[in-house]
Amino acid sequence: MRIDIRDIHKHYGSTRANNGITLTVKPGTIHGILGENGAGKSTLMKILSGYIRKTSGKILVNGSVCDYHTPAQAAKLGIGMLYQEPLDFPPLTVLDNFMAGQTRGIKNQKDFFRKKFESLVDHFNFTLNADGAVEKLTIGERQQLEILRLLALGTEGLILDEPTTGISREQKESLFQALKKLASEGKSVLLVSHKLQDAETLCDTVTVLREGVVTGSVDQPYDAGAILEMMFGVLPGTPSRSAVEYGETVLSMKQVYGSGGRTGLSNCTTSIRQGEMVGLAGLGGSGQEVFLRLAGGIKKPSMGSIELLGEEVQGKNLHAFKKDGVVFLPASRLEEGLMPGLNITEHFALQDQGDGLFVKWHEASGTAQAKIKKFRVMGTPESAVESLSGGNQQRLLLSLLSKDSKLLLLEQPTRGLDVESANWVWWHLHKYCLRKTSVVFSSSDLDEILMVADRVIVFFDGRIVKDVKKDETDIDELTRAIVGKAQ
Amino acid sequence: MSEFNLTILLASVVAGAVPILLATLGETITEKAGIINLSLDGSILLSAMTAFVVAYETGSILMGFACAALAGALVAAVVAVFSIYLNQSQVAVGFVLTLMTRDLAYFLGNPYSRLQGPSVLQHPIPLLSDIPFIGEVFFNHTFPVYLSLLLIGLCWWYMYRTPQGLNLRAVGENPRACFARGISPAKIQMFYAVCGGAFVGLAGATFSLCTKPGWGRPQGAEGTGWIALALVIFGGWHPVRAAVGAYLFAFLQVIGIYFQNWFPSVPAQVFQVAPFPLMIFTLLIINFVQKESAIDRAGGKAWMKSILGTLSGAPPTALGKSYRPD
Amino acid sequence: MNISDNTKHTAFLRYSRELILTLVVVFSFTTLILLLAGAPPLAAYYQIFKGSLGSWMKLGQVISVWIPLTLCSCGLLYTFRINLWNIGIEGQVMMGAIFTTFVLRFGMDGHMPGMYLCAAFVAGIAGGAIWALFAGYLKTKGGIHEIFAGLGLNFVAQAIILWLIFGPWKRPGIASMSGTELLPRELWLPYVSYMRLSVVGLVLAVIAIAVTALMLRYTKIGLYLKAIGSNLNAAHMFDLNPRTYMLIAMIFAGGFAGLAGGIQVTGVYHRLIPAISSNYGYLALLVVMLSNYNVWISPAVAFFFACLNVGSIQLPMMLQLDSSLSGVIQGALVLAALVMHAWRMRAKTLKEPFYNE
Repeated sequence: MRIDIRDIHKHYGSTRANNGITLTVKPGTIHGILGENGAGKSTLMKILSGYIRKTSGKILVNGSVCDYHTPAQAAKLGIGMLYQEPLDFPPLTVLDNFMAGQTRGIKNQKDFFRKKFESLVDHFNFTLNADGAVEKLTIGERQQLEILRLLALGTEGLILDEPTTGISREQKESLFQALKKLASEGKSVLLVSHKLQDAETLCDTVTVLREGVVTGSVDQPYDAGAILEMMFGVLPGTPSRSAVEYGETVLSMKQVYGSGGRTGLSNCTTSIRQGEMVGLAGLGGSGQEVFLRLAGGIKKPSMGSIELLGEEVQGKNLHAFKKDGVVFLPASRLEEGLMPGLNITEHFALQDQGDGLFVKWHEASGTAQAKIKKFRVMGTPESAVESLSGGNQQRLLLSLLSKDSKLLLLEQPTRGLDVESANWVWWHLHKYCLRKTSVVFSSSDLDEILMVADRVIVFFDGRIVKDVKKDETDIDELTRAIVGKAQ
Repeated sequence: MSEFNLTILLASVVAGAVPILLATLGETITEKAGIINLSLDGSILLSAMTAFVVAYETGSILMGFACAALAGALVAAVVAVFSIYLNQSQVAVGFVLTLMTRDLAYFLGNPYSRLQGPSVLQHPIPLLSDIPFIGEVFFNHTFPVYLSLLLIGLCWWYMYRTPQGLNLRAVGENPRACFARGISPAKIQMFYAVCGGAFVGLAGATFSLCTKPGWGRPQGAEGTGWIALALVIFGGWHPVRAAVGAYLFAFLQVIGIYFQNWFPSVPAQVFQVAPFPLMIFTLLIINFVQKESAIDRAGGKAWMKSILGTLSGAPPTALGKSYRPD
Repeated sequence: MNISDNTKHTAFLRYSRELILTLVVVFSFTTLILLLAGAPPLAAYYQIFKGSLGSWMKLGQVISVWIPLTLCSCGLLYTFRINLWNIGIEGQVMMGAIFTTFVLRFGMDGHMPGMYLCAAFVAGIAGGAIWALFAGYLKTKGGIHEIFAGLGLNFVAQAIILWLIFGPWKRPGIASMSGTELLPRELWLPYVSYMRLSVVGLVLAVIAIAVTALMLRYTKIGLYLKAIGSNLNAAHMFDLNPRTYMLIAMIFAGGFAGLAGGIQVTGVYHRLIPAISSNYGYLALLVVMLSNYNVWISPAVAFFFACLNVGSIQLPMMLQLDSSLSGVIQGALVLAALVMHAWRMRAKTLKEPFYNE
């Protein structure tokens, strides 16, 4: 399938997510779309898949202009998309997920689709059980299922949005093999990524987007330096680090068990010292989330002992954790971190938990003004937090932290941020470390962990499988540990 | 006066459960598609009134049932439209409709209060009703009873064995994913809200034409809608389990009548409100069972786990949330 | 300056346009219903008007309804702030009435009425608050949705009233639906004779409005309720315990409802009757929704609803219609307002879409 994209525009108010994008996908090729977060990749792909409507521009499929505006119409043309967040039905079975949207009428067609499913699974050497529940699958397996479903629909042009985030190396290899197989069968594959490495190993052609426009298009073999320049304009500087002396133990866990997430947390023993910057690695839902929530007092362990500053925390409530200077920042900022509907001043007013019946509105407004300036939040004290961009929401969250926190627990602190905002976040967190605050964060990006952390803890299947200093390990060793192959 | 007879007891349970069973099934369908129709208590009354008035005026019981189903469907459609097209809270709209449809029923039904009207006759099913015990319990009833028995199986088959049922469950779980697959969440939610509403309408008609024939203020169906809403939770959003809940409830009601005769010293009010503390108590247990800690505590004991498994049922993920396409 | 004046002006125009449209829609709907019932619409509207604002005495009745309605609305503003559907407010009114009656029964001889009345009001507030706390605990500890918990408790409260009236508190001689024995005159709230209106109740209702407005806007509790209501899952970020504040909101709601129940006993019926709450709790939920959860608008809406309620009492006598017409009108009003609200939101999102990649 040949796809021509001509001068696509997508405007949200004054924001131009796509600003005149033109590119061509040749049949039987794997075409990479590179660009940093917010470059407009996802928007373009959602337009191509019919999920959102374009403001203007043309899409040609096999040479003829096609005007479609729903995913169903795109599917009829043979275009299917694997979305970044899996769009499936976790409580239903794998077979139900496979069938949903493909079947009509009221005749039971399970047997027919079971056969179809199993032959596809064999074709790609995947390991999927038709009767399992999707909520028990890993992200990688859910992707496989979704790809099979799209192929069963007769998809000729397959779009994948950041498929390598959060999956194991093995799954990644299996995915890449499948994609190559598809291309060799004459299908076109569009791979969206912000990782240069993915594109290098897989793509025949790469198109780079920046701020809603195409900044260049190159074929194999690639010049990595040139592509990076197209992606970022100027290469981003990595945040500098200076050595920090570690102090006493802040947090220590002994044989802690906790429930939640996909795997829960089992038999976790570790300790964190003052001034340490610890990165938690692992596939999504391998126990890092539970670890952070247990350490932050959001959840209670089902077994084991947790000590904060040498004191057992059993029986203490969240308030006691807060008083000890422990702060947990969740990954979903607007869902779990901020109060949509409240403005910035109200957020600072909430922080004043001292005595007195009345809110000191004047004081809160002053604080908001000062913090907005200091943390360079793009907004006014009266801005509602949901109107801020992701980066500004994260800045606001960090500005709400007390200066003398003892332990910061951050879940994917740079998720969805552009490089500049992310660097600012790391710079800011590093300042905390210099003040002897311990920082523990999780991230799905190993490169990022290796760049900023002093120590890496790897989780697999709810257990800690590796705990090393950054200087004593490398990316290969960590990757092996992430998929449970540590020695 | 009231000798204890198991056959009669069970037969009256099967007959008495019909309205609440129909309402519970209907609400299960609606909620499975992600829409909460909180207006049940009022729409049952409105459809009961409609059924009685139509049957009284036309002399046709069937017309009564049909119009009642229509009334129930209409109320549910209002909830669905407010949620799907206007993005308003289903709970708020449902609650307003609870009060409004009740008052509407009282207002429009006022001239028909305490009139002698038609009611459904018994139709024993030939051959089947001759089977000892089972025939008496299941096959010596009125047609709404047979309809309700049929609908339990039909609902289950439709939901879990047909592609349409798969679409219904899928929309309740993740409307966004449905849109991406070419299934229109709006159409599906609208359709099943209306279907469920029609079931609720039938429940109302069964009240005024069969279980408690006649119309008045109060009719006697007041409060049923709330019980049905609670039974949907008890049933874990599964039609068969919901039906079991409805029968259990009807059993308790019938037993309550016996108790009232056996213990005349206990004030009647106690028996009248007993369902409601019972409802709270049941929900408490269901909630306790679903907690993570309970599952942890069950540990390795297989029988504990199977009990917990049967008692717990997760609501459709997108239940009660208005879906807005992006 | 000029611009903001201009926007204020257009906003005012838009609101008045919406208000008129809402009223027209509801008026047409009600007329349709009346025609369906075979009643003369104009006569019905006239009766409602005459029955509510036609004389000083009618106005007094309207205000007597307005008082409990406003008190309940004030209470509900706290629970709605924290996103709780306190449907149990009906039962909280009843419990307030029961506790009030309980205390007053000790003062039946008419000595020291002032002391007994004060104690009775305190008891009423406590009764409502306790009943609300039950629902609150079922929600926070038992995980039962407050709608089911509150509703169940409403039925229980109703049963307790019936049991008291027919059992322990029955009138000497014969128990009947007309309620308990009448209180002695000394225990009635003082009232303006030609309007049959208790001034104390009126003053209490006005105080309730002022207190609620102050609490929600200027106190920390008000801010915390709003914050938790807007995002329960982020409460941990600000060291707020949602359960505590849910219970606090319930106590406020129950307290105001209990006070309303107390006023019903001492100022209106002068005894405990089965229908002591008169559905004012449920009605107050509609009032608050229609006023868009605004503390200043809800008293006005409550007044209008009170007019409808009192006015429609005429209907059975004059036109042989059921008085529940008022409920139909009130429900239609809220639904129409929700439609207007939806349209306003839609117009807003079309102008500036929510965008966050």
